Amino acid sequence: MDTRTGTSEDRRELVDRLTAIARDLRITDIEMITEAGSGHPGGTLSAADVIAALYFRKLRIRPEEPAWEGRDRFVMSKGHCIPIVYAAMAKRGFFPEEELKTLRKLGSPLQGHPDRTRLPGIEASTGSLGQGLSIAVGMAVAGKLDGASWRVYCMLGDGEIQAGQIWEAAMFAPRHGLDNLCAILDANQVQQTAKVADILDEEPLVAKWRAFDWHVREIDGHDMAQILDALDEAEQVTGRPTLIVSHTVKGKGVSWMELDPAWHGKAPKPEEAERALAELRGEGS
Amino acid sequence: MGAATRDAFGEKIVEVGADPRIVVLTGDLRDSTRTEEFAERYPDRFLDAGIAERNMLGIASGLALSGKVPWACSFSCFVTGRFETLRLSVAYQEANVRIVGTHTGIGVGEDGYSQMALEDMAGIRALPNVAIVNPADGVETERAVEYLVEHRGPVFFRLTRQGVEDVNGDGYRFEFGKAVTLREGSDVAILATGAPVGEAVNAAEELSGDGVSARVVNVHTIKPLDADAVRSVAAECRALLTVEDHSIHGGLGSAVAEVLSEGNGSRAPLRRVGMTTFGESGSPDELYARFGLDAEGIARSARESLDRVA
Repeated sequence: MDTRTGTSEDRRELVDRLTAIARDLRITDIEMITEAGSGHPGGTLSAADVIAALYFRKLRIRPEEPAWEGRDRFVMSKGHCIPIVYAAMAKRGFFPEEELKTLRKLGSPLQGHPDRTRLPGIEASTGSLGQGLSIAVGMAVAGKLDGASWRVYCMLGDGEIQAGQIWEAAMFAPRHGLDNLCAILDANQVQQTAKVADILDEEPLVAKWRAFDWHVREIDGHDMAQILDALDEAEQVTGRPTLIVSHTVKGKGVSWMELDPAWHGKAPKPEEAERALAELRGEGS
Repeated sequence: MGAATRDAFGEKIVEVGADPRIVVLTGDLRDSTRTEEFAERYPDRFLDAGIAERNMLGIASGLALSGKVPWACSFSCFVTGRFETLRLSVAYQEANVRIVGTHTGIGVGEDGYSQMALEDMAGIRALPNVAIVNPADGVETERAVEYLVEHRGPVFFRLTRQGVEDVNGDGYRFEFGKAVTLREGSDVAILATGAPVGEAVNAAEELSGDGVSARVVNVHTIKPLDADAVRSVAAECRALLTVEDHSIHGGLGSAVAEVLSEGNGSRAPLRRVGMTTFGESGSPDELYARFGLDAEGIARSARESLDRVA
């Protein structure tokens, strides 16, 4: 029996359910980006499993009441990957799934990068890399000031953390005991033009965050059981924030997109999308 | 000489600070931004971000999105210089943040150009949603702080390091977005903002000795600009002068020029007094004299403008 959700779903069933949801989100993501004719498939596919765990298990949110005071906050700092979040939000009922087709179209609340003023449920407008963690830190400070029980989650990209502002926030959060903050680094290995290690190597990555006094946990970000364990563990940490280093594969699930920088920021053509969707659905080619 | 507007801010923020929504942030400048007393009185609601103003702005945004009323304080060039963070993390979110920039203009003095914000209003004027309030003296600063506690939306609040002439009495009422006529006159209208407002009043006095009737208008809110006041001043005076301790490109002078060039039925020429170069070291008084922002310089510019229309 899960004390928080009141369900009797056992861990195995939960992992299977969320894994299936992640697969559905990937399918929706490719459909959306193809329909839009532009977007970022690579970094959305790598984030799908963590997003599924957050939106269908971890986040205490009320889709029918997006501004509910007691909600957990999620900040998508790598804003270009917001379509995978839109897919999750629609599936949770924040807005009709039909609206997903309007991604990146004139007048749509589903902007190319998230806009909190246009889409209820989006906590922060992001898209200039490096800024979301500071906003999440500010939210966590507010939560502490109010003695609130809600938590703040923030997803970062591994290319993104080359930005100096990330390290300003990284320095600040542990000094203020923000154990209500959990950052998740979607370490998908590839940034816009090449591998992260070839653009500006960040190693030793874990040692850096530990040296800044974060609680750090490394996981396989495509293993749902590990994702859930890490998110649970973060809730138990006291006195400092948690960083989950989620080792992932950019473009995960579409073999010919995986780890190829070419799929950072372009939409598949319709025939490419067919092949991608067939692979995601597990259909033989 | 009256108090620096940063001093008035520091006193007032303590006074309104009992409001639990108020959070004050700074980047290792609690002394210079006059937020030390707030820090002592309300340590839980005071955050020192260290010399990391981007993060300070982002934290302020997150606080605002969670219902707080954060005041992010630093030298103006350091906080508004983090423009791209201000643009996205504050303006675009419509985050209810007060960006408090002290040490504005050449009035900074001896520290020289690197500490002088001379283009802060120019950048922020281009950002939707962000208001700009640039008070002229201590009383106006205090009243503006009271107002800004309840204002909805991001605001850039621009303050001085140096003492300024008091131009407003104790009974002064601050009205957001409304320019204030400090002195009536019909030959030349001097539209001034911030520290030079007191100099403009003194310039008008000097001009009256020569038989020149000078109107002085204090434009404390640069955005939204009181366009009606600009148009009526233009219709009623023979020449217009804008005066600001800021670049003439993008600040008050530009804002007024934009209104006038869209048509107002007036032929009164506009002359913009302000900065066109980097600043330099010197005492504030010396610098105001050197760059024509003191009473004498303003009066000189006014006479030259009137000579052109005579």
